[in-house]
Amino acid sequence: MLRFVLRRLLQTIPVLFIIVTATFFMVRFVPGGPFTAEKAIPPEILRNIEAHYGLDQPLWRQYLSYLGQVLQGDLGPSFKYSNRTVNEIIADKLPVSLELGGLALAVALVVGLSLGVLAAVRRNTWLDYVASTTGLLGICVPTFVLGPLLVLFFAIHLGWFNASGWFTPADRVLPSLTLGFVYAAYIMRLTRGGMLEVLNQDFIRTARAKGATEGRIVFRHALRGGLLPVVAFLGPGVAGILTGSFVIETIFQIPGLGREFVNSAFNRDYTLVLGTVILYASLIVICNLVVDVVQVWLNPRLKFE
Amino acid sequence: MLPRALLPAFTAALVLFTATACGRKEPAPTGGPAPKILLFGNGAEPQDLDPQTVTGVPENKLLNAFFEGLVSYGPTANDTVGGVAERWDISADGTVYNFHLRAEAKWSNGDPVTAQDFARSYQRILTPSLGAEYAYKFAPVIGAEDYQRGTLTDFSQVGIKALDARTLEIRLKHPVPYLLEAMKHYAWFPVHIASVEQHGGLTSRGKAWTRVENFVGNGPFVLKSWRPNQVIVAERSSTYWDRAAVKLDAIHFFPTENLDTEERMFRTGQLHKTYELPAAKIDVYQRDFPDSYRSDVYYGSYYFRFNVTRKPLDDVRVRRALSLAIDRESLARNVVRGGQQPAYGMTPPTEKYTARARLTGDLTEARRLLAEAGFPEGRGFPRIELLYNTQDNHRRVCEALQEMWRQNLGIEVGLINQEWKVYLRSMDTLDYDMARGGWIGDYNDPNSFYDTFVTGGGNNRTGWSNARYDQLLRDTGRAPDETARMELYQQMEEIIVQELPIMPVYFYRKVYALSPLVHWPANPLDNQNWKFVHFKE
Repeated sequence: MLRFVLRRLLQTIPVLFIIVTATFFMVRFVPGGPFTAEKAIPPEILRNIEAHYGLDQPLWRQYLSYLGQVLQGDLGPSFKYSNRTVNEIIADKLPVSLELGGLALAVALVVGLSLGVLAAVRRNTWLDYVASTTGLLGICVPTFVLGPLLVLFFAIHLGWFNASGWFTPADRVLPSLTLGFVYAAYIMRLTRGGMLEVLNQDFIRTARAKGATEGRIVFRHALRGGLLPVVAFLGPGVAGILTGSFVIETIFQIPGLGREFVNSAFNRDYTLVLGTVILYASLIVICNLVVDVVQVWLNPRLKFE
Repeated sequence: MLPRALLPAFTAALVLFTATACGRKEPAPTGGPAPKILLFGNGAEPQDLDPQTVTGVPENKLLNAFFEGLVSYGPTANDTVGGVAERWDISADGTVYNFHLRAEAKWSNGDPVTAQDFARSYQRILTPSLGAEYAYKFAPVIGAEDYQRGTLTDFSQVGIKALDARTLEIRLKHPVPYLLEAMKHYAWFPVHIASVEQHGGLTSRGKAWTRVENFVGNGPFVLKSWRPNQVIVAERSSTYWDRAAVKLDAIHFFPTENLDTEERMFRTGQLHKTYELPAAKIDVYQRDFPDSYRSDVYYGSYYFRFNVTRKPLDDVRVRRALSLAIDRESLARNVVRGGQQPAYGMTPPTEKYTARARLTGDLTEARRLLAEAGFPEGRGFPRIELLYNTQDNHRRVCEALQEMWRQNLGIEVGLINQEWKVYLRSMDTLDYDMARGGWIGDYNDPNSFYDTFVTGGGNNRTGWSNARYDQLLRDTGRAPDETARMELYQQMEEIIVQELPIMPVYFYRKVYALSPLVHWPANPLDNQNWKFVHFKE
């Protein structure tokens, strides 16, 4: 397994290289630059600013210089926030996104798994219908509708929470619920589907015939196989949820990395775009690797290849 | 059956939830006597707090709290009061200004604010390697442009000199009657030279001197904390010369990019003032929360640029026909809806100046002109595109215009929506037919508007050029008095209204929500001297 993990980690190097290269040139070819402004900048001033950031150099030299910097762990200065570096911005924002993502993931797993198991075990009963309807709602109602609805009710109407911000522990509740609910819906549906498939298999009938209790059948035999689709979903899902969500961070005014990522593209903040892309790409690669390992652990018929 | 019974219950719960959630709820602003903390929605996260390298409105609000220039905004609309300068003398020919600084003016670390601080700060902003985007604001000063371009390296040749610790002399190339107005801008603020030198040097951007632990300012407030994308806390300065006049204990600046989120923050008492109000909420506030609704004059014009280098818009008859065929009153009342004033010229009226020239004519005239240009009843009119940047308000205005032209002139106009920087690029390269545009005055003087349309000016972006207009603009610098200068502007407005490089639509207003507890003096430039903001007794 160690060889498998190492090999996969080595494979990430060319992947990241390609992503960085493609992103580097793509952002440069988008119309408008970091200093394109509504009030025109006199050309000689613009030249001085560009010289400060090395943008006056030929593109290939900028590219090589950037790669050299990145290999030393320096993601460069932000073009938009001139007294901060990309490293500082990521160090500042990533923990917020991880916290939001972690809480949302906890909501998603607790709600999604329990409803999914319940729906599968009590198939075609009212419990199943409630769980399925909830799942359907979670998938259909977008976060930009659910978030403001929760704010209107719990913050404005009841006054239990702030409408936005990331200051007190209570500020975590509404955004985590909003983000978690969407993922919970997917997890619920995948768990239900996976569980139903396993529960219909012969070995479950055998276990029942041998007199195994229902609890043992569900948690010991069915759940392990039933979770496989959920685990496959969690690879990209966890990467997405942990790195935050632009919509949630915007609605709730959360100083996370998701918002920074999107805004950096709008601002043509080249170095910040690249820094966040590198981070996100790495996270996705790592999450997928973890998922592969967990899948083999859950289903020994799969082998580390 | 249970499931069937459950579905209506579920639906009912959802409807009830939604209904209660959307119900009317009074804004509940908090705050008050002690401590007097103003919770302020400040739009976007600032780029930085260096007054000599930043640009932008959110930065402006912050810098007005942390710094003070020689002159400042007064308690009412267009006042100019002394800032660090307690008085100033202007030479008879209007080209030499001597500012006399207050003895009691201090930096937040206790150092005195001196004329040398100003001179060295102005030298810094003009230093080419700093790449200060607003260095051009010093253009009227002798030698400033040359120094900024690097063709002059001896700063003593520039018309800025500290005559002694408390006297600063500024020499101009020609009289600039609006200089004091223009000097309220943060480009003219001083920086604490020793701090800037210590934390990165004077001549390069993006250094650590603006971080909380290193920051030294001279304004009514000091920087207490800065949590990026969350809040910037400004506390009353104990060293500010006029600290007794400062009524607020602190200001919390919240970056609130999303207007809907900001409005919800206001309703839960997290803000005393919003940056703006979403257009969809204007009616609601006017009807339900009139005490919190504010719509103030804002010194700006909303217009559409014509690309006069493209057919058929190179024909002034076509530009006039398009401009006459829209119903500005209806647009302002039904589409924009914040009390905006329909515009029939480029320059917004002020106490000081109201343009005489006015776009006049009616629909019949518009149709006649279009026919005369070769497009009777719109026949044969090539499809032109209307470019706007992504924003709801612009989209709605553009759709309304599209419909008005279809109905009134029988022509089809397409809409193109571009992301902000792409849109700016299209305007810069004249890659458009008609484009949404606007201009907010940098200072309270019509020059701020007329300067924009000079031939080849970076903000012109229409391809339009008029030699007489350019000459009149040059003449304003030599006008013998204010009356003569304003008369020249009147003539410039006439040229604009005759040739129509732009299609004026409305004059802006600043529409926002404000807690009834707060005294907020309105100002056409939407700039505040924070010491005049306070909670009502």
